[in-house]
Amino acid sequence: MAEYSLKTPLSEEDVRKLDIGDIVYITGTVVTLRDAGHRRALEILAKGEKLPVDLKDLVLYHAGPVVKKVNEEWEVVVIGPTTSTRMEVYEYEMIEKTGLRMVIGKGGMGPKTAEACKKHGAVYTVYPGGAAALQASQVKRVVGVHWLDLGMPDAMWILEVENLGPLTVVIDSKGRNFYDEIYKEARRRIDTEIYPRLGIK
Amino acid sequence: MNATDVEKKFFEATVKLIEAAAIWLPGDVEEALLRAYEVEDSPGTRSFLRAMLDNVRVAKEKGLPICQDTGVVMFHVAVGDRFPFAGLLPSILKKATVEATRRVPLRPNTIDVFTGKNPGDNTGRYMPWIDWDLVEGSDTAEVTVLLKGGGSEVIGRAKNLIPAEGLKGVMKYVIEAVYEAGPQPCPPIVVSVGIGPNVSTAMKLAYKGLLRPIGRRHDAPEVAKFEEELLKAINEIGYGAHGMGGKVTALDVHVDYAPRHPATLSVAVVINCWAARRASMRIYPDGRIEYLTHPHLNKEVA
Repeated sequence: MAEYSLKTPLSEEDVRKLDIGDIVYITGTVVTLRDAGHRRALEILAKGEKLPVDLKDLVLYHAGPVVKKVNEEWEVVVIGPTTSTRMEVYEYEMIEKTGLRMVIGKGGMGPKTAEACKKHGAVYTVYPGGAAALQASQVKRVVGVHWLDLGMPDAMWILEVENLGPLTVVIDSKGRNFYDEIYKEARRRIDTEIYPRLGIK
Repeated sequence: MNATDVEKKFFEATVKLIEAAAIWLPGDVEEALLRAYEVEDSPGTRSFLRAMLDNVRVAKEKGLPICQDTGVVMFHVAVGDRFPFAGLLPSILKKATVEATRRVPLRPNTIDVFTGKNPGDNTGRYMPWIDWDLVEGSDTAEVTVLLKGGGSEVIGRAKNLIPAEGLKGVMKYVIEAVYEAGPQPCPPIVVSVGIGPNVSTAMKLAYKGLLRPIGRRHDAPEVAKFEEELLKAINEIGYGAHGMGGKVTALDVHVDYAPRHPATLSVAVVINCWAARRASMRIYPDGRIEYLTHPHLNKEVA
């Protein structure tokens, strides 16, 4: 298990060297999108139009922050990851069409995302869910916001972060998924140790 | 006190209660996380637990919500049949939710199912949610607020088992729910199980189980034993904090039950994330307020 501090824009080399279980801290620009934001982004890209921010080599974050306006400037009150599995249906296309290098979320993602990570040189990492106050201290500035009509949590927030982490690499660019291994081991324990002991068939 | 003074006092006390729930993790939950940190030995798992504990501290110090998902505002009121102000509570709880949303702030999380509109204040049809228990012979009201995050709700489920499946069937149903949930509900989780004659009663009991402090066993020894067995089995699954791998997948398991119908055996499972946010206060008939989960607030109101 290695530990890395990376700066955006991320190069393909930056992310190709990461292995599942590695810990990463990010400094630079991250862009938040949740379900509704992914849908809109893909609609725009399907029309051949550009997104408000070019996501190439940047970090996409599954998060819905709580923000407030202080003297006309947005300020992040708290921010943390949302469950990524809901975005699995969109992520292959997002990675392929935008060239983003890292997705941050929580809870894990599936085989389509892993395929995109392998093919295009990207990784999926997780932040400890619920550690939102700590994380707010790692966000230096709100650079901008788009699609506020989707509501505060679902809008696209562009954030400048410093040492955002600890992030764990759950899907690397070699096709491996840390959680798949955790699930597999859990299944083995349930079937061969827990159920036999409890007399459950 | 006249009615307006009482209303004002309860309103402020309830805003403070919601604020406390969002910002201060109850002591029993924080201690359980600390114990988890102490027993884990994988560096990745420990770094995540360390971040979570740091987060609990930063939230307290800066007065910030523990988690950005400040959840669905759910109240449970155990109201005495002789408590004089019961009729004031529904509107006070609603107004306090609106004010706490502005003041803390809480994330606006109520989306109308049919119009898709979010009113921005955590209210809506039936919201905030209020469950009531009538307590015979009591003249107080005990108000608890749960801020129930969305990620952990992904896993909530209920089923009518065949009675022949028995308690082993219940256990299997719960273990499979936790297995399937994996890291999604932000482990270490709190698992609450209800068993009863139908899914409605089972689910109601499961939600009520979330009010119970971590580490407190069921009064009935056979249920307490069942809880301990389930907790041991769930921890052996090995997910650990956020699925990083480890010994503590659940902080606790709470089980409660009602008798089943001869033809049924219904089970419900509800999961709370590690940020198991709850706050309780007792209101006395003279209008006095006592905070139960967050006693440091008592100095402020005294």
